[in-house]
Amino acid sequence: MKAFAPIAVVIALLAAVPLIVHSNVTLNFLVVALMIALAGQGWNILGGYGGQYSFGHAAFFGTGAYVTAILQVRYGVNAWLAFGLGIAASAALGALIGGLTFRSGLRGSYFALVTLAFAEVLRIVASVAPITGAGVGTLIKLDLRAEALQFESRAMFYWVILALVAVALIITHLIERSRFGAWLIAVRENEDAAMALGVDATAVKLAAMTISGAITAAAGCFYVQYFLFVDSGIAYGTWISIEALLTPIIGGAGTVFGPLLGALVVKALGEGALMVVTGEAPGLDLVVFGCVLVLVIWFSPRGLIGVGAELRKRFRRAGTRPVAQEARHG
Amino acid sequence: MLSPTILIPTVLNGLLTGAVYALVALGLTLIYGVLHIINFAHGALLTAAMFAAYFAFHTLGIDPYIAAFIIAPVFFAFGYALQRFVIGPASHGEDRNMLLVTLGLAVIIENALLFWFRADTRTIDVPYAFQSIDLGFTFLAVPRLVGFAAVFVVALALWLIMGFTDTGRAIRAVAKEKLGAELAGIDVAHVYAVTFGLGTACVAIAACLLVPSYYVNPSAGNAFVLVAFTIVVLGGMGSVPGALIGGLIIGVVESLSSLFLGESLGQIGIFLIFIAVLLVRPQGLFGAKA
Repeated sequence: MKAFAPIAVVIALLAAVPLIVHSNVTLNFLVVALMIALAGQGWNILGGYGGQYSFGHAAFFGTGAYVTAILQVRYGVNAWLAFGLGIAASAALGALIGGLTFRSGLRGSYFALVTLAFAEVLRIVASVAPITGAGVGTLIKLDLRAEALQFESRAMFYWVILALVAVALIITHLIERSRFGAWLIAVRENEDAAMALGVDATAVKLAAMTISGAITAAAGCFYVQYFLFVDSGIAYGTWISIEALLTPIIGGAGTVFGPLLGALVVKALGEGALMVVTGEAPGLDLVVFGCVLVLVIWFSPRGLIGVGAELRKRFRRAGTRPVAQEARHG
Repeated sequence: MLSPTILIPTVLNGLLTGAVYALVALGLTLIYGVLHIINFAHGALLTAAMFAAYFAFHTLGIDPYIAAFIIAPVFFAFGYALQRFVIGPASHGEDRNMLLVTLGLAVIIENALLFWFRADTRTIDVPYAFQSIDLGFTFLAVPRLVGFAAVFVVALALWLIMGFTDTGRAIRAVAKEKLGAELAGIDVAHVYAVTFGLGTACVAIAACLLVPSYYVNPSAGNAFVLVAFTIVVLGGMGSVPGALIGGLIIGVVESLSSLFLGESLGQIGIFLIFIAVLLVRPQGLFGAKA
């Protein structure tokens, strides 16, 4: 139980925020940041631990969002049940896409491309299919009852998304300490070597993609309950694919807290940039995200969590300059 | 629906569009062939070059076809610098990092353009924009014919550079065997940057060919980038003839599927080919085993 102490502390501190902060603007900011963190936590399982960089996690976010919305609006399914089914549908989609791509042995650039293409196909289909509301999108009826998973106070929404983030943190932590996690990291570091040692790389990646899809889908399901609207550009747009990979990479890919840290930092910087400029500034926050992404990879490839270690390494290297290390890095 | 009077013009127009797709894909495949990474900033660079061509005409009054001779070298230098001073050092020689850095650059370029120029759609007004040649059974637009011819000139020039200059030999050597080339005294970082510059110059020329008949806005390049990925995958990553033939095939597929499925679903045909090729034959039609 002691191993879960850091998670418990972080979640307890975050849970206390609405007791102190009552501003709706701040709470809204935190809800959105936590939602992006959750999407990033999903990406982190496959990308951070498994080394498979998906550029199309919108496929999972969007499927979760649409399934939750459509089941409620068109079939009168209870919101909580629809939420769960949205997650399940995306997990199945993850298994399907993973099954197709990993079985064909796609890696690296090819994997990034094919995930991107799947998200685009889904976006185009959703923009014309009648069941999704096509170009108009799907609206969920306002029904502020806990049974309908809608709340009058933003604080309740905040605690719901925080609970989801907490579950994802625990899952990530459990994976990290499990045999499965060790296999996954082995595949990331050297797939051929892992296979030579008897790791079934395809099965491991497939399982990772299923879990990854399910977690990112939860963010999509939450999006629908919070904003009560979804269309193809929101659900399957590139924005969410980019933010889902941005947060773990910036925070620290392959770490438990990376996505959460990344999401809070990135969202705060984006808001900050918009505050500096008066008037409209479309795209400015994304320019900042892009710059942070490049700078983090450049100067701290292990993310913000690794900044301390990186500084120590540079400091030591500057002091002693061991020959072997110079040869490797220079 | 299937009468030849509709089908033949559709195929011809598809070939003309496909040629410009091929040029965009040519830059992408060149970079992949040498650096072994997919340049996710390719579409954003295309958009940037389209804005350059737009302003060359709009504020300086230079015809896009003339402007190509200025914009291509400028973008060569820009691409060279980008690879040499940003992508190379930032990615520490890791493929995964290179993917992310080019993605980051794409986000920066596209949104910087959005920030400066807003989402407005712009077009330029050249005298020949709507001129066409009467073939008796159909009309072909002049700007697209010029584009078609120019693509083959560029491909020929590229082939000459790669085959008969020292730089070209160095590029091919690095593509084949990076370590060996380095041991033979080739400056790999320089060759990488030259290759990236050449790929960027290709999109710059493509942009100048597109501007007379295509609109310009901060996400204009995105329409081409996934198509270009498809072509590169179909033709075989790193294969120059593959990019040309793949471009023409995709152009025809797109115009035929728009004819039969309608505009909005026209692109689906491309993506389905893309996913099918990736899953069944990821090395493409002309590529070496992946």
